[in-house]
Amino acid sequence: MSDTFLQETLTREPVAMAEGPEWLESLRRAGADRFAAVGFPAARDEEWRFTPIGPIAQTAWAPAVQAGDEVSRDRLAPFVFGHPEWSTLVFVNGWYSEALSSVGPLPAGVRVSSLAEALRADGRPLEHLGRHAPVEGSSFTALNTALFRDGGLVSVPAGVDLPNPVHLVFVTTPDAAGTASHPRNLLVIGRGARLSVIESYVTLAPDQTYWTNPVTEVVAAAGSWVEHTRIQRESELAYHVGLTHVDQERDSHYRSFTMAMGAALSRHNLHVRLNDENVESLMYGLYLTRGEQVADNHTAIFHDHPNGRSWEVYKGVLDGRSRAVFNGKVFVKPEAQKTDAKQTNRNLLLSDGAKVDTKPQLEIFADDVKCTHGATVGRLDDLALFYARSRGIPVLAAERLLTYAFAAEVIEEVALEPVRTELERLVRERLGS
Amino acid sequence: MPVLEIRDLRAAAGDKEILRGINLTVNAGEVHAVMGPNGSGKSTLAQVLAGHPAYEVTAGSVSYMGQDLLDMEPEERAQAGVFLAFQYPVEIPGVTNAYFLRAAYNEIRKARGLDEVDSMDFLDLLEQKLKVVEWGPDIMSRAVNSGFSGGEKKRNEILQLAVLEPRLAILDETDSGLDIDALRIVASGVNKLRAQDRSFIVVTHYQRLLNYIVPDHVHVLSQGRIAMSGGKELALELEAKGYEWVDAAAEAVA
Repeated sequence: MSDTFLQETLTREPVAMAEGPEWLESLRRAGADRFAAVGFPAARDEEWRFTPIGPIAQTAWAPAVQAGDEVSRDRLAPFVFGHPEWSTLVFVNGWYSEALSSVGPLPAGVRVSSLAEALRADGRPLEHLGRHAPVEGSSFTALNTALFRDGGLVSVPAGVDLPNPVHLVFVTTPDAAGTASHPRNLLVIGRGARLSVIESYVTLAPDQTYWTNPVTEVVAAAGSWVEHTRIQRESELAYHVGLTHVDQERDSHYRSFTMAMGAALSRHNLHVRLNDENVESLMYGLYLTRGEQVADNHTAIFHDHPNGRSWEVYKGVLDGRSRAVFNGKVFVKPEAQKTDAKQTNRNLLLSDGAKVDTKPQLEIFADDVKCTHGATVGRLDDLALFYARSRGIPVLAAERLLTYAFAAEVIEEVALEPVRTELERLVRERLGS
Repeated sequence: MPVLEIRDLRAAAGDKEILRGINLTVNAGEVHAVMGPNGSGKSTLAQVLAGHPAYEVTAGSVSYMGQDLLDMEPEERAQAGVFLAFQYPVEIPGVTNAYFLRAAYNEIRKARGLDEVDSMDFLDLLEQKLKVVEWGPDIMSRAVNSGFSGGEKKRNEILQLAVLEPRLAILDETDSGLDIDALRIVASGVNKLRAQDRSFIVVTHYQRLLNYIVPDHVHVLSQGRIAMSGGKELALELEAKGYEWVDAAAEAVA
């Protein structure tokens, strides 16, 4: 196998990215070594079979450069929503911008900051960083671990309910053309604590090709409640490969909403590990693709203990010659009795050229469980179309209405109202309804 | 000019001919009941009039307010004042009842050259219309028919009828699957909507509904044709004698 540009770089040169303490160097070294050894996934790799990552592997990506002052709050306004008292951390081409960020009033002990700043400020190792998303798990995670510059750090101590959500905004500018950034986020939610986080990947350079490779680690302690929304609106010429790894402890509740509507190629892996009893994980997703876009969602839920509940609904609306991939793995260990796992993937095709590869993958080793899955790929329902038309709604408007309805149904599951409203707005805008 | 004039209408689903020569004239303000056994074609007639794409009209003509109804798209028929209350109303998860109904209301207004109404004005209008089916406002924030009981779905059809104010309302087995309380609410809703300039075609299998919605004319369908027509007493006679009686009479004529 011929080495890629990045592989060569990481093999020959020492890792000298953002400055950091010694413990961090060894973490980065592990990521770099791993990537240097395995490189990008090969075309025959089952996990990446339907995901054409060739353009990522074959491009000599430059590191993202720090943008000047050309990004103003006004230009960011279309991407920021909710209330002014929310905390918003803004990263421009992967670099934290203090000027564009604002941290609202926080309860004692809550930490909302740039990860790089936290690493500089703390002498001791950040407890969870790199401990949840293993570098062995994926080449992309290994690369992120080696090269990450910054990202959001949100930490909520035990028993604290953070009333306002935290919005992490990763925005690219025209300067990002030809560059790669590797955002790294860490969300630590203490016992009985409560947190809502929104992760947005947006662009001011809709005509540029760049690559974003984020990794987010989520640590949900016993009895915690977490809502995590991920909105991917990259340039439709860009590449986006992201991983979210969640570790959940006893009685915790984690709910995720993953929206993918940008990028030429996007891939998101959501891994959720239920590390104790009575854990609830809700995973919702929506992808809207058009043109030649490819949107790939891989989820993996690890039911390692009894009385876990995982509920998953991913929906897609595909137009043009776009393609979607869905792979949903559910692993139920022998001791994970009384597991209740449900997985659904529904796809609406708006054109003849669109295509979906959907694959549920259930590996169940416990006998007293309730596990179901279902996948559909279809067109708009003729009867529903006739119903709307029979009420006076013209055929095109009726099609848009029903397409919107199909997508909006899953958005209803988002708990936080301003996030729901924003997602609905994005869908309306995209579908022209 | 009659509101509706159906002449020798024939229609098929695939290779199967279901309507085999229907003739029917409906004048303004009249209520016509169309009865018949299962498979006689009464629901097909209702759906053909609304423009259901599953049926192909093979012969005959339908004139609505002097226009060729068969030449109009389903939405054009609705905009011109034709309304079908579905036997099986369609569930649309993801769209609220309020949004859907306002969209329909505004499309019909637009088609008639009227201004669209905003959501506040529409809510005022709804408040009045909800009374027709004895409903509170909560139903409007639920997704269209989604998870509704059978009775709620039928009430929702009548609510739509009340809001859209058609000139010709076709009720396709609106009584099927209703308990006696729901039947009373639905029927009394329809009665409140009876008007000089509004005609009804009430398709039903059972005479029961016609105790509440008293028709001016009753037609009995058999094998795709109107086998008998009469006044409201025909429904009672049918109830007593059963549909075999009509079928036998139809055979005798044929």
